[in-house]
Amino acid sequence: MDLNKLFKAMLVAIPMMAISACSSTSDSETDATSSNSSTNSGSELATGGVETGGVAPVLTPAEQQRIKYQELRKEHIIYFDFDRSSVSAQFAEVLQAHGEYLIEHPNVRVMIEGHADERGTPEYNIALGERRAKAVAKFLQGMGVLPSQMSIVSYGEEKPLDMTRTDDGFAVNRRAVLVY
Amino acid sequence: MKTLGKWLFLGLVVMSMPARAALDIVITEGVDAARPIAVIPFVWQGQGPMPQQISDVVMSDLARSGTFKPLDELSLPQTNISKVSQFVAKDWSNVGAEAVVMGSVKPYGDDQYLVKFELVDLVKAQMQSNAGPQSSNEYLLDSRETVVSLAQFRQYGHRISDIVYEKLTGTRGAFLTRIAYVVVKHGEKSPYHLMISDYDGHNEKMLLRSPEPLMSPSWSPDGSKLAYVSFENKKAEVFIQNIYTQSRAKITSYDGINGAPVFSPDGKKLALTLSKDGQPEIYVVDIETKALKRVTNHYAIDTEASWFKDGKSLIFTSERGGRPQIYKVTLSSGKVERLTFEGEWNLGGSVSPDGRSMIFVNRTNGKFNIARMDLETRFMQVLTSTRLDESPSVAPNGTMVIYGTTYQGKQVLAAVSTDGRFKARLPAGQGEVKSPSWSPFL
Repeated sequence: MDLNKLFKAMLVAIPMMAISACSSTSDSETDATSSNSSTNSGSELATGGVETGGVAPVLTPAEQQRIKYQELRKEHIIYFDFDRSSVSAQFAEVLQAHGEYLIEHPNVRVMIEGHADERGTPEYNIALGERRAKAVAKFLQGMGVLPSQMSIVSYGEEKPLDMTRTDDGFAVNRRAVLVY
Repeated sequence: MKTLGKWLFLGLVVMSMPARAALDIVITEGVDAARPIAVIPFVWQGQGPMPQQISDVVMSDLARSGTFKPLDELSLPQTNISKVSQFVAKDWSNVGAEAVVMGSVKPYGDDQYLVKFELVDLVKAQMQSNAGPQSSNEYLLDSRETVVSLAQFRQYGHRISDIVYEKLTGTRGAFLTRIAYVVVKHGEKSPYHLMISDYDGHNEKMLLRSPEPLMSPSWSPDGSKLAYVSFENKKAEVFIQNIYTQSRAKITSYDGINGAPVFSPDGKKLALTLSKDGQPEIYVVDIETKALKRVTNHYAIDTEASWFKDGKSLIFTSERGGRPQIYKVTLSSGKVERLTFEGEWNLGGSVSPDGRSMIFVNRTNGKFNIARMDLETRFMQVLTSTRLDESPSVAPNGTMVIYGTTYQGKQVLAAVSTDGRFKARLPAGQGEVKSPSWSPFL
């Protein structure tokens, strides 16, 4: 009976954990701290009927920045406009997070994959994919990441993420991926 | 009644499944304009059933050429004849066709068969029959015989089609040719397959399977080797593989792009794209010595080279004008000339075998289609109306283009005649099919 209850609780808890693990957008900083405090206050001990409470630790701005970048680094993909290879402002922050990390860890190497959507010819798209990967490398190098830490490969239109061949699908496929 | 209907339906489904060919050609446009021709089923002169009907191969070849439309066997006034001497011209006076193909197959020893065929000029026969009896040899256009094994039946059928096609059109037939293409079966451990088959999709064979992408297969001028790009080492590298011996040689593996290889007309060099010095540029590499010669030098993308038949110049795609367009470069002088101006983009060009036109991908109003341009007059014609067309490859006789397109959400191969009148689709059995390359004459 108790096992059954536990099982039910797990059924609820596991998807919740999965959801929180998935959230890696820019506002996830606040999500992370609030979920931490709620788990702190929620622990109920089986014996004696006492409950404990707690608060989230006070973070210095540097620590906050570190946590934010940690979250941002979960995002490995930068998307591009059609036939374009410039890094748009919305992805600059993601690249900054990766850049900081690479500067702090000069022994870490990253592979930057460039991809294109399925429009145009495969050979032209290889060139376009390389230009996207290079734009990312140039951005990181501009921050101070060593060229020796980065390598580049273009897969053109050969490895689409989305195979629907719709405008939405094309948008998902026009990307650079950071692979550590 | 209902059950009968169900069984009929099931029967149809089973029948419509491709039995032998992995790529089954569906003619989508252009049968009306084709020239009627009569192909009489070849007469079997052996015991038991005929092992394989060669004339079926001839009939489908002629239909797929877009130039001819074989008549229904049931409408022919004479069948079961194999020689012009058995041909009764007056019986054929009302048949609206220009020629008759007939022949016979006879056992000729262990797994050997004597195949004979004759090609009759029906128009001449009809005219002479009105003028009174004549010697039947007067209207015999061609007559040949050869001994083949059962395994060579299809091949000899294509040979007959080549002869018929050339006799009637003056252009060499391209039926005895192969195509190379890439099949991607997403979800498999090694999804990327380099395949070859006869031009009609029969005799499909796998040359290479890889967990990483394979791209841009391209034939050597003698049809014995393929150059292609493989990412098997997590980077683009150009290989040449012998299709008979399976031996492979790595030709280039520079930093960055190693792509779009094409054999020179003498088979000794490859034109290809390398980005080792920054931007993608066209180079020529000597296959034997691996010596490189840089052809283009521009900060924009240069790629997709194709040779003129004299080996002295190339066409290539360049973004130097802001958008991808096709340019010509003379190898000795390095002089570059822009060829395309119409439409938003023009790319992926190849020179036709006669050197008078080029076939390429044109983008107009955001749509990608196959187009042809006369190099003399610069007249451009869009040939296709399919979706996301790419990778056009011209048949060695210049009459047909095979290309990659999208049909019902999948990448498939399609064909279009270089005049744009005949269109056909080659639906894929499994997976996505792309990057077709038509072999030279075999």
